[in-house]
Amino acid sequence: MIHKPSTRILPSEITSEEVFFNRRQVLAGAVAAGLVGVAHAAAPAPAGPEALKYTRNTKYSTTDAPNSYEDVTGYNNFYELGTDKSDPKQNAASLHPRPWNVTVAGECETKGTFTIEDILKPHAMEERIYRFRCVEAWSMIIPWVGFPLADLIQRFKPTSKAKYVELTTLLDPKQLPFQRYNILEWPYVEGLRMDEAMNPLALMVTGVYGKTLPAQNGAPLRLIVPWKYGFKSVKSIVKINFVEKQPRTAWNISAPQEYGFYANVNPAVDHPRWSQAKERRIGSAGGFFAKRVDTLPFNGYAEQVASLYSGMDLRKYY
Amino acid sequence: MKRVAARGHIERPPLNVDQRYRFVYKPLVFIASLTPIAWLALRGFGLIQPDLGADPAKLTLHVIGKSALNFLMITLMVTPVRQLTGYTHLLRLRRMLGLFAFFYALLHFTVYLWLDQYFDWVAIGKDIVKRPYITIGFAALLMLIPLAVTSTNRMMRRLGRRWQKLHRLVYVITILGVWHYYWQVKKDVTEPLIYAGILAVLLGYRAVRAWRRKAATSTSVSARAPERT
Repeated sequence: MIHKPSTRILPSEITSEEVFFNRRQVLAGAVAAGLVGVAHAAAPAPAGPEALKYTRNTKYSTTDAPNSYEDVTGYNNFYELGTDKSDPKQNAASLHPRPWNVTVAGECETKGTFTIEDILKPHAMEERIYRFRCVEAWSMIIPWVGFPLADLIQRFKPTSKAKYVELTTLLDPKQLPFQRYNILEWPYVEGLRMDEAMNPLALMVTGVYGKTLPAQNGAPLRLIVPWKYGFKSVKSIVKINFVEKQPRTAWNISAPQEYGFYANVNPAVDHPRWSQAKERRIGSAGGFFAKRVDTLPFNGYAEQVASLYSGMDLRKYY
Repeated sequence: MKRVAARGHIERPPLNVDQRYRFVYKPLVFIASLTPIAWLALRGFGLIQPDLGADPAKLTLHVIGKSALNFLMITLMVTPVRQLTGYTHLLRLRRMLGLFAFFYALLHFTVYLWLDQYFDWVAIGKDIVKRPYITIGFAALLMLIPLAVTSTNRMMRRLGRRWQKLHRLVYVITILGVWHYYWQVKKDVTEPLIYAGILAVLLGYRAVRAWRRKAATSTSVSARAPERT
């Protein structure tokens, strides 16, 4: 991988403290707050999120103000940790993101099981502030830290037979207790067409707000495909499988008439039970009066991704 | 209950214990019925944890909506509990509980109009027509209106026997309410199914009683009664 000679910016220099931390953390680290650089260089607590080194990618970042850290880490759809939005944070302690292995399999030359450290090592981390649009018609602005999925895929040299990449969440009811219940077909599987996966917007994410992902956000490794509904962005990945046929994906299996394989954000194609024309920009800024804004085709990333679907009937391939 | 309606307030017997304590337990139940709002308010103002989260409007919509459903279910519990335990004075609370169901349903709709849709009447109209779960929820709310309007003693007297017939609408309303809940859940339908189960018991109880009553009257009248001997 190419290491760009870019400046390494500390997270605290980018995001203002009051947004970056919740109030309690600010109080707890009041002393450190005056010595920001020193504080971040010091060894972080083993359990909590750790500071990451990264550069900000402005090209792919929105200028909208991000949601607070509390919003992003306290309002999650991660059914393996509970179906209520506040459950994943509460149950996060059961998921251990270290040690962690990722298995690479299927139609590729380099296969095997890798430690998460080996997976991450060659990649320079970058921060991208993406719009995040849930299929439930709410949205947030989130500063992810990660690296392009394309860079990761290239390392494993997929063969010409690899038409799709299938990503699988950990299956372990001890760590993900709600896998004991028949909510979805476990493990959670998602997938992208190869050209979608190679699009520079598709991001492998290891952190948020300059720190490693908390468990409830899909630690230690998750996908973010910002032009698709959130459920495509599979969390806590343990398997990367290159396949010839379109993978069977979790929500599509569960309700094929409601959740397609493509799941591109599309204001013109409603969910059978609700409209997708608008979204509620939720979070600390709006409070009770979250802004209701128009949903954009491909969540505003049409310029980068619309060509992937030229000639396709997006009503049929929703 | 018909007796109360027919009798009105004219020839009241002297106050018994129940009636005397009505002035205590009625306000207590009234205050207890406001718990969901107090709970939301305390969380909203940060006085208790957890706060209302990233989407307080949606949470409020759901808490208030579920409160409406809870009050419908509690209202439907009054008769079976009274008949099974003999606590006849529970009946005195039923109107208040039913009106709270209406209050929460109306508030739920208001939250939807305001905090969820921002009075975007075009979108709201489309929602009600196009989204079956909203259609049935709206239908349930509309049906609650005549029940609330006819909940006064005067209306009970005026409608007489028809009052009870009209108020049987509450069975349909509650079924629609549970259905509305079931349909809007994205995936985990455990809770709506629990509601459906309880409702099935509450309605089943009434069906069995009605059937028994019918059987009892028909056998006592019928000439075929000796068949059994």
